[in-house]
Amino acid sequence: MSTAMEQLYQQLILEHAKTPHGKGLEADGQGESFQVNPTCGDEVRLRVHLRPEEPVIDHLSWDGSGCSISQASLSVMSELVEGASVPTAENLGATFRELMHARGKGLDEESEDRLGDATAFTGVAQYPARIKCALLGWAALRDALVQAGAVSTPAGAPATTEENP
Amino acid sequence: MTPGPVQTLGGRHAPAGEVVGLRASASLTAAELAAVRADFPLLTRTVRGGRPLVYLDSAATSQKPDVVIDAELEFYTRHNAAVNRGAHQLAEEATTAFEQAREDVAAFVGAEPGEIVWTSNATAAINLVAYAMGNASLGRGGAAARRFALVPGDEIVVTEAEHHANLVPWQELCARTGATLRWIGVGDDGRLRLDELATVVGERTKVIAVSHASNVTGAVTDVPRVVARAREVGALVVLDVCQSVPHLPVDLHALGVDFAAMSGHKMLGPTGVGALYGRRELLEAMPPVTTGGSMVEVVTMEHTTYAAPPQRFEAGSQMVAQSVGMAAAARYLGELGMAGVAEHEAVIAVALLDAVARVPGVRVIGPTDAQDRLAVVAFTVQGVHPHDVGQVLDDHGIAVRVGHHCAQPLHRRLGVPSSARASASVYTTLEEVAVFGAALATVRPFFGLGGKK
Repeated sequence: MSTAMEQLYQQLILEHAKTPHGKGLEADGQGESFQVNPTCGDEVRLRVHLRPEEPVIDHLSWDGSGCSISQASLSVMSELVEGASVPTAENLGATFRELMHARGKGLDEESEDRLGDATAFTGVAQYPARIKCALLGWAALRDALVQAGAVSTPAGAPATTEENP
Repeated sequence: MTPGPVQTLGGRHAPAGEVVGLRASASLTAAELAAVRADFPLLTRTVRGGRPLVYLDSAATSQKPDVVIDAELEFYTRHNAAVNRGAHQLAEEATTAFEQAREDVAAFVGAEPGEIVWTSNATAAINLVAYAMGNASLGRGGAAARRFALVPGDEIVVTEAEHHANLVPWQELCARTGATLRWIGVGDDGRLRLDELATVVGERTKVIAVSHASNVTGAVTDVPRVVARAREVGALVVLDVCQSVPHLPVDLHALGVDFAAMSGHKMLGPTGVGALYGRRELLEAMPPVTTGGSMVEVVTMEHTTYAAPPQRFEAGSQMVAQSVGMAAAARYLGELGMAGVAEHEAVIAVALLDAVARVPGVRVIGPTDAQDRLAVVAFTVQGVHPHDVGQVLDDHGIAVRVGHHCAQPLHRRLGVPSSARASASVYTTLEEVAVFGAALATVRPFFGLGGKK
């Protein structure tokens, strides 16, 4: 196996894919998003559950089917944003997108610290075709937050398409 | 070039020392196959850190032999000029090359040159028919075109196995005209339920659009049966021959279909070119779709009369170099002999099916027998997403397609969202299939899954 493959399929990713966090759609929730990856048919339906009277993500729930990268990314993201304020979650999303465009080189130490387990996806950025797999969940989160009225979409950048061309 | 070791195929091989020649009706010998591979420069390259390329994605796009690459190069370096206009020598040469290409492609599929319309790809060819029918439904083309007109209550029949290119244009035509879309189902074995022709096709059926061979299951359609039913009710048959023409002998006149859509890049030719075959009398009666220069007779400020087919359907600048390249591909395959190509690929199909069957936890999407099928095998690996399957195979230098292969309804019918697909061409070897089989066996263990079914 090549080094790039080892970096792509890190143990942490394989474990998250096998026992994903947050999987299983829950009934309530303030915002929902359905995202598909039209090239491979992967899909996810994600709900954001906010704390009452507080712009804080209590937790996410989601259901979907997809490759190990997309499922693990959804799982890691669900852990990462649990209890995070909405701006913090938005920030994490932006940092993760940066990581995906870093061609496998990673980010500065401070950014990687904030991303925690999500830095395991650094190797994904060496495979351009897989970046959209890792971003599927993050696209759903951003859209669900928009649907929940927790954030507004920047003009000209619809949350549903930008991550997932 | 350095072709990989090649095994003897199908038990028939030339005696040692026999001159490598091209034969019409037997599989390729090892020496012939090595010679074929030497014609494809890309097959010599390595991928992913020096691994020999095992290209099993020919159903998506085929690799190109030197003669195709050279034909385009030769056109641009020697003969390039605007076709069908200009009085200079280059214009003559370019026009001759363009029209000779039409003749060569026509001859390759059993058609007359005047029945071949150049299109940018096969999707455009199918859309051309669908939009011409839409225009006829609006009254364009006058009385002659009335046979193409649809009214609410008319029916278009497709199949559940179609590539989106032979489904969506018909959905759109129905939406524009009020016609109803119906379809032939797919059995659990992945083959068309052609028994449903008796019930799904009726007196209101105006079009039956079906593929000659599935790009997912590799199943070959019993076209004569479809044509016979179409004749009973006076429906037109539109055949998608993208997957069949590169792999089987195809004689469109003998098949008796009304239209056929061909792809250049899937038959060893260039991208950016395809062709629509239409029976001459139908093309003559059909109204144009894309209008503009080159497809007209007399243009006044009020009114325009249109050229005879095929030029009526070839508005604007044409893809001349690509057409010349596609013709070179047709000649190349014709010289190899399609019977021999088909026989070689039948051997590969058996080997691919066998390779997949040997790996625990792998399920074929489509027929598991080699009867009436191409060397196209879609499969799923239990517990591993197709994208991950493709990634592991890629790490071994093996190129397969992953996803729904532009056939979402077929995948839905067969109970999977997507699949991985290995597909062969004339240059595929048994050795490559063996490399593929060995790599496939590593996929489940890589993801920590056992070997049990």
